[in-house]
Amino acid sequence: MRNAWLIARRELAAYTRSMSGYVILAVTLMVDALLFNTYALEGVRKSGEVLGRFFYVCSGTTMVASIFIAARLLAEERQAGTLPLLYSSPVRDVEIVVGKWLSGFLVVGALTLLSFYMPMLVLLDGRISLGHVAAGYLGLLLLGAASLALGTLGSAFAKNQTLAGILSGCMLVGLLVAWILAPVTERPLSDVFTALALHGVHFTPFQAGVIHLRDVAYYVLVTWVALFAATRVVEARRWR
Amino acid sequence: MIEVHGLTKLYGEHAAIRGLSFGIQEGEVIGFLGLNGAGKSTTLRILGCVLLPTSGRVVIDGLDTATQAHEVRQRIGFLPDTPPLYEEMEVGEYLAFVAALRGVPSGKVRARVEAAEEKTALKEVHRAPIYSLSHGFRQRVGVAQALVHEPSLLILDEPTSGLDPVQIIEMRALVRSLKGEHTVLVSSHILPEISQVCDRLLVIHRGELVAQGTEGELAGRLGAGASAVEVEVRGAAAPAVELLRGVPGVREVTVAAEVDGVVTLRVAGDGELRGAAARALVGGGHELLRLDRSAHQLESIFLQLTREVTRS
Repeated sequence: MRNAWLIARRELAAYTRSMSGYVILAVTLMVDALLFNTYALEGVRKSGEVLGRFFYVCSGTTMVASIFIAARLLAEERQAGTLPLLYSSPVRDVEIVVGKWLSGFLVVGALTLLSFYMPMLVLLDGRISLGHVAAGYLGLLLLGAASLALGTLGSAFAKNQTLAGILSGCMLVGLLVAWILAPVTERPLSDVFTALALHGVHFTPFQAGVIHLRDVAYYVLVTWVALFAATRVVEARRWR
Repeated sequence: MIEVHGLTKLYGEHAAIRGLSFGIQEGEVIGFLGLNGAGKSTTLRILGCVLLPTSGRVVIDGLDTATQAHEVRQRIGFLPDTPPLYEEMEVGEYLAFVAALRGVPSGKVRARVEAAEEKTALKEVHRAPIYSLSHGFRQRVGVAQALVHEPSLLILDEPTSGLDPVQIIEMRALVRSLKGEHTVLVSSHILPEISQVCDRLLVIHRGELVAQGTEGELAGRLGAGASAVEVEVRGAAAPAVELLRGVPGVREVTVAAEVDGVVTLRVAGDGELRGAAARALVGGGHELLRLDRSAHQLESIFLQLTREVTRS
């Protein structure tokens, strides 16, 4: 995986030199802060409740930011004509995909950690459980990893970044609405929708400070499946 | 070094290349020639392990590109028709990235980058961001990335594309300088651009290999030994024309230009005329300024090869 790290490092350096990386970071943190102030801190609430609302808000911005970050990963290489460099180098397709995803994940990780001052603000006027904070952030990172993997898959399919964003958004929304479809369908279909729900079922426990192994396994599985599919798409592109 | 057997690439119903077979020996500089859309890039992308063929087989250094692509990629350097450049990177930084990606040990990366920059005359732009470079420099960076890991096979797809005449000469000199260190496969749609640097030419038309051989062999095949020579002499045209008409094998001598006492003559005939023409002119007391194979002939070789196939 040395090559994956090389690709990730180059991609990260590209983020630091482009405006888009800073814009995504700034806008996401600003929206997080605004919603934290207007929604999470609204009214008189217990500290745990504020934290739960904070992680709820952050989960939404993390998913949106992940799609924006991932859209460029492979589609931009295709647009810029740089894919032949990777394809003609002794680099495995899985290393290309993992390297790209990893760069995005590090940006999402930085974005998530930069919001850490908000839970700390709760300490000014209340008490928080560090376990709750850790669980919430673990959930955000797992959700970000899965959303980015879906975005990487969309980026592998699409010819340009716009299309990549739309495709990834559709996949993400598909997994989000599974939660809405679950109650209005009958078993076994409702069980399938429940198991697939990206946010409503699997993120809620993290939001409340609870870590279930099944939720961790779900996000890891979604990430793995999406990256596996993206690798297959990259391989298939060698036929065209 | 390279063996290509029955290579075919289909895009739906359309065959980009069909049944290509040829071989290349180690150390050769091969010109891959064809009109736009002939299938050159498709072939080179397959040889560069970027694209998979529909059928057929490519073996490089005894390794199959389909089943041992990873090993093959360590031995090749590929410049696609559009140089694969990361605009935001500096030239040296980009070459170091490519070297590392192509498996150069970290301790040797710096030396390899310096060597590649030396060969391609990029030292002056080592710290320049790629987006700020001219087209000529970008092409050179493209060549540098292909050779930074010192591959045994270099595949250069239209390296002279979009360059001005001076840059074309520089690129030609660069390709010539690679001879001996690498086996080089270089494509173009303009024969005179690459014929001077290549040991052998492969001519592809509508996805099929229509001819291969040296420039002289191709000319011989088309015109049953016909050749054309361009001559520049100082002095009057008439005596030089008379002398050249007396050279065995010469069929026609025409005056192409006469400027400031310098006459340009075009000599058409059979077989190799250059030696006899030079001896005749110098022996006749003429000041011979230039004598070479006519560029018009090179163009006509190529046009005839492609027309032959179109008619058949």
